[in-house]
Amino acid sequence: MTGPLLELVEVSKRYGALTVADRLSLAVGDGEALGVIGPNGAGKSTMFNLITGDVRADAGAIRFAGGDVTALAPHLRCRRGIGRSYQIPHPFAKMTVFENLLVAAIYGARRGERESAARCGEVLDLTGLAAKANIPAGTLTLLERKRLELARALATEPRLLLLDEIGGGLTEHETRALVETIRAIRAAGTAIVWIEHIVHALLSVVDRLVVINFGRKLAEGEPQAVMAEPRVREVYMGIPTQ
Amino acid sequence: MRAAFRIDRGAAGRVFGLAALIAAAALASLPLWVDSGVTRLAGEMAYYLALAQLWNLLAGYAGLVSVGQQAYVGLGGYALFVLCGSLGVHPLLAIPLAGAAAAALSLPIALIVFRLRGAQFAVGTWVVAEICQLVIAQLPSLGGGSGQSLTAAVVRAIAAGRTTREMIFYWCSLAAGLAVLALVYGLLRSRIGLALTAIRDSEPASRSVGVDTFRTKLLTYVVVAFCTGAVGGLIFLQKLRISPDSGFGLQDWTVVVIFMVVIGGIGTIEGPFLGLFIYFALRQLLADYGSWYLIILGCVAVFFMLYARDGIWGWISARFGLQLFPVRRHLVRVTPARRASLDDAADPKG
Ligand SMILES: Nc1ncnc2c1ncn2[C@@H]1O[C@H](COP(=O)(O)OP(=O)(O)O)[C@@H](O)[C@H]1O
Ligand SMILES: [Mg+2]
Repeated sequence: MTGPLLELVEVSKRYGALTVADRLSLAVGDGEALGVIGPNGAGKSTMFNLITGDVRADAGAIRFAGGDVTALAPHLRCRRGIGRSYQIPHPFAKMTVFENLLVAAIYGARRGERESAARCGEVLDLTGLAAKANIPAGTLTLLERKRLELARALATEPRLLLLDEIGGGLTEHETRALVETIRAIRAAGTAIVWIEHIVHALLSVVDRLVVINFGRKLAEGEPQAVMAEPRVREVYMGIPTQ
Repeated sequence: MRAAFRIDRGAAGRVFGLAALIAAAALASLPLWVDSGVTRLAGEMAYYLALAQLWNLLAGYAGLVSVGQQAYVGLGGYALFVLCGSLGVHPLLAIPLAGAAAAALSLPIALIVFRLRGAQFAVGTWVVAEICQLVIAQLPSLGGGSGQSLTAAVVRAIAAGRTTREMIFYWCSLAAGLAVLALVYGLLRSRIGLALTAIRDSEPASRSVGVDTFRTKLLTYVVVAFCTGAVGGLIFLQKLRISPDSGFGLQDWTVVVIFMVVIGGIGTIEGPFLGLFIYFALRQLLADYGSWYLIILGCVAVFFMLYARDGIWGWISARFGLQLFPVRRHLVRVTPARRASLDDAADPKG
């Protein structure tokens, strides 16, 4: 394929007087892992919402896998291969954990029910939710719900996986396990955009880093170099990069 | 070796299915061993079961909290009167056709009210029902504001004798109640049910995993309109008379139905069932208290909306883990797991 997998061209979004995406341009290559950092309220989650179609852009264009998806409905973007996790988990609370994934496999990945069972089982193993497969998702702890967000997005078999702060609140040991899981997903060929405040975990996975502030791209490039930039250090004062 | 999995739908379904068949047979024989008053009550309960299951599917699953379903009861009723009275269709054949008429009208209505969200949607559906009532009251050919009665010829076409007619009415109501129950159960166990259940729990998340929420909701709305219209046709065939007030009665066809679903437990099949019995019990108990009956019903409903949003069945199923109509799918591992990377993380010693 020529060109990037995902491309945002001068995408803008305003909420009243507040500009949350300000002519934002971004490209993600096939199989690439991109890290996104920025202060709270910078517009990171909004960027995901614009990519998935949960929020419509006021201006600009979004292209995915060679097609223009700017006006496409969210479920169709999912079927084209955009999978996402929500920062605030949105489980199907009264369905079981397995059924949460099954909806994704049947409707997102367009698989048959039997085939889906196998896929979902594998995803549950990968994300460590196998023991919880048949209990209602509403009974999960917050950390488990975040894992369910990851698992459900994976069950749609995305070409691009958008992860929104799924590492918050983890212990050092759990963070390492999460990094391993994300590396495994990547190794299977899935492109990843990961918004995360745990910078050291992020840097151990991503090829490239983007810093967003006030809906604008503040810096972009090789992760260590970006973290060393003075204007990034200004925004991220006191956060160690190693 | 790859881990293998399969889906288990629960054996309880088969046991319960058999029990349901026996119960249906017993109910069908009811007119043979109880008096006509009891039969009439049972028939009324049967069509209310249908209305309650339908509203629950609409509001409890598809998230379409309509307070205008009386539009389809009324339209179905009037369609039946036109079909039998003016077009000479056999009354029993006119019942499904009345449903078809309601479904046909529901499509353009959906395209209007689906633009509205939440409370606006509720008000919108109610306004549409009011408009239907007002328009029909303006049409002299349909009897205007005072309505119309079925002709003696049409009544005789159902059955010559009154006793036989009452039995046929009862069996039709029972068939409608059971058919709707089977439809809702079958739908919820299907793939569409999986999507509907996901929509019930989170609409944005269901979109994000590929569910076409608009299509699923539209399909549900039209199917529910069809069934509600057919039930409306059946109800007014039994009453032999229809007027704009009775046909489009907000209280009889929507408020009472919402009451059943809300106190029984919205978003479950069992809830409306339970609510049906509670409503009829309360109605019999409070029959002598006039308007106090409505005030008490209202208070009970408000209590449930504020303090027990999952209804009585929600409480029972959470406490006892009970499911009479198994719609869940269980994942069963056929061979052992290969690896569980995050399982290790969950265990600090690991
Ligand atoms: N639906 C909305 N309506 C109004 N303001 C919103 C909405 N969603 C987000 N915002 C605002 O947009 C800004 C960016 O939010 P968000 O993208 O969630 O930031 P981040 O994920 O970087 O912390 C915040 O100030 C937030 O309050
Ligand atoms: Mg955010």
